[in-house]
Amino acid sequence: MPVKNNLNAPHALLSGDEALAQGAYEAGVKVAASYPGTPATEILEYMSKFDEVDCQWSVNEKVAYEVAYSSAVAGVRAIFSAKHVGLNVAMDSIMTSAYTGINAGFVVVTCDEPGLHSSQNEQDNRLLAKMAKLPLIEPSSPSEAKEFVKKAFEISEKFDTPVILRLTTRIAHTKENVLVEKRQEQAKKHYRPCFEKYVMVPKNAGARHAELEKRLARLKKYSGSSSLNAVEMGDKKIGFITSGVSYLYAKEMYPGASFLKLGMSYPFPEEKVRDFVKKVKTVYVIEELEPFIEEQCKIAGIKIKTKDESFRVGELRPEHIPLIVAGDKKKHTEKLSRKPVLCPGCSHRPVFWVLNKLKLNVAGDIGCYTLGASAPLSALHTCLCMGSGDTILEGFTKVLGRNVVGVMGDSTFVHSGITGLINLAYNKTNTVLIILDNSTTGMTGSQPHPATGITIKGERTKKLVLEDICRAAGADNVDVIDPFKIKELEFLIKKRTGEDKLSVIISRYPCRLVERRKSSAPLFLMDKCKKCGLCLKLDCPSIKKEDDGSVSIDAVTCVGCNLCVDVCPFGAILKND
Amino acid sequence: MTKKITDILFCGTGGQGVLKAAEICAVAAMKSGLHAKKTEVHGMAQRGGSVESHVRYGKRVFSPLTITGHVDFLVPFDRSEADKMAVELSKTGINLIKYLDISEKTLENRFFLNTFMVGALSRYLDIAEEHWIEAIKTVFKGKHTDENIRIFLEGRSTRI
Repeated sequence: MPVKNNLNAPHALLSGDEALAQGAYEAGVKVAASYPGTPATEILEYMSKFDEVDCQWSVNEKVAYEVAYSSAVAGVRAIFSAKHVGLNVAMDSIMTSAYTGINAGFVVVTCDEPGLHSSQNEQDNRLLAKMAKLPLIEPSSPSEAKEFVKKAFEISEKFDTPVILRLTTRIAHTKENVLVEKRQEQAKKHYRPCFEKYVMVPKNAGARHAELEKRLARLKKYSGSSSLNAVEMGDKKIGFITSGVSYLYAKEMYPGASFLKLGMSYPFPEEKVRDFVKKVKTVYVIEELEPFIEEQCKIAGIKIKTKDESFRVGELRPEHIPLIVAGDKKKHTEKLSRKPVLCPGCSHRPVFWVLNKLKLNVAGDIGCYTLGASAPLSALHTCLCMGSGDTILEGFTKVLGRNVVGVMGDSTFVHSGITGLINLAYNKTNTVLIILDNSTTGMTGSQPHPATGITIKGERTKKLVLEDICRAAGADNVDVIDPFKIKELEFLIKKRTGEDKLSVIISRYPCRLVERRKSSAPLFLMDKCKKCGLCLKLDCPSIKKEDDGSVSIDAVTCVGCNLCVDVCPFGAILKND
Repeated sequence: MTKKITDILFCGTGGQGVLKAAEICAVAAMKSGLHAKKTEVHGMAQRGGSVESHVRYGKRVFSPLTITGHVDFLVPFDRSEADKMAVELSKTGINLIKYLDISEKTLENRFFLNTFMVGALSRYLDIAEEHWIEAIKTVFKGKHTDENIRIFLEGRSTRI
């Protein structure tokens, strides 16, 4: 979308996430539900500032999806947003909601992450749209995200279907000038119970499946004529079929070429593609990750040139486009990146210190604490998906015995860890789960969750008490401990791993980024230091190794947690009261 | 490639204010009537890891990412990150590392390094001072505004 150089128009510099939320707001959305996840988090955070929209951080993505879906069925426009892997959590409901259809408009936002900057995989959710048989909208920029989400609501209502809208990191976290407009309120649609449409028992679901196939055929016609799929005729010798941010990379490198830009890439606008290819001598498909457009061209027998398979891994960059055109492989020019570490004073650090010392096998999960996996802490040994800390713990305990603990964060435990704990209890597994409770959703930027007792709008609400739910789930012991009492923590972990009981240890201390507690940095006594390097094994960003082998403590970044004071065996680091 | 686009790369480590600096620059370009794009990654990268933010502005910008070997200005907040990123600069590109050196001697509070570096960058860009000031007010939302503007002007008047 061209940006008009009109200084009087109310432009704001918005990210793709923010622009999408702004567009949904302008489209009259009434309910928005999500669970935090990079790069989708800011959609709901931006939305939450609007009083007209009922926003919620849900317990997890499946819950969020069903809350938003049912709001649409009941008659108001609703939006669900999640990171790519969040869609997996909601997939059960997504698949069958394609059968029932909706009532008022319902948009399903997936923020995919080519290049997995902050994710555990780089799945391409365009394939999920095809599997679920749902229309797929792909903006290429923040301003398009704002426009296209409005279109998505229209398509949703016109065809009675959830519509998937896909951003990628480079759209979600790119900011540009975006025109801010007024909200258009939407009249509430009438809801009437309908056994055949909303009750997916086999007989009804079979009939709805047939209906879904007919709907897809209608959507294919629509996508063939929609302005979302736009032809920009330029040089007829070279052309590109592309979508999303890949369009901008190709346009950057070949501004004079011809383009077929797919803003609605599923159902595939086959005739429009065929027509474009006829008019242009050589046509390249440019897309990140999976060969989604490529395969559909090939199925239709349309002759196109495609990228080398090496480009299926990782993020695309503008520099890659000439390589693809030349038929080359991807060149690996990755720079060494500084590794992220736990913050100074992070309450996860003492736990990993103890787990490392006790040489336990540690089933891990997803959050800031996954950083405990890298050396020198090296005290977290699995990271698969949300809520797997206690379920992987069960398999490990069965096979490896009692030299095992599981760790998961408070938000992750509420997201999908409670069922795993019930399973441990029900299936008579005696082991130890440590909940790393920093009382926030840390990695995604400190969002509240049920165990904080605060809503997204900052209001007080019923607080989930972790101790109570762990006991109710069947834990024999529930201990709550301040992890900075490192000797007591070590004693407790040893004790509980030695018992034939199911134990939960809640290691509770608030995230330093939420409660900025700060004490004086400890004092370093050079003459007592034996240069043993033990304090460096804490991997604290405030402790630096000097050229002579001794250390220095950066008083600016240090928050005075005094963990290094407890760890130093020679008394070379002193608490500074 | 579409030129007449100004390409700037900000780099440093988590917590240094790299992203805020890039934001000020993009907002200032927008306020002066141009199309601006800024891109970066959040999440895991914030925990003390490497941080880079790309700002491109002009009449109409396509790619949000800058292109290796075509960057006009490198704004480094950290020496080793600057060394790593130098390859991104074009042959005529300008590395603002000397301003980082100066800041180490003159800047009393590292907290304001980002506005100092933005001030230094502003010396090279055709964006009016009023738009920079407006951008600082927008981005900091009133927090330490006077101090930030003072430091910005300090950077803006620093000669190397």
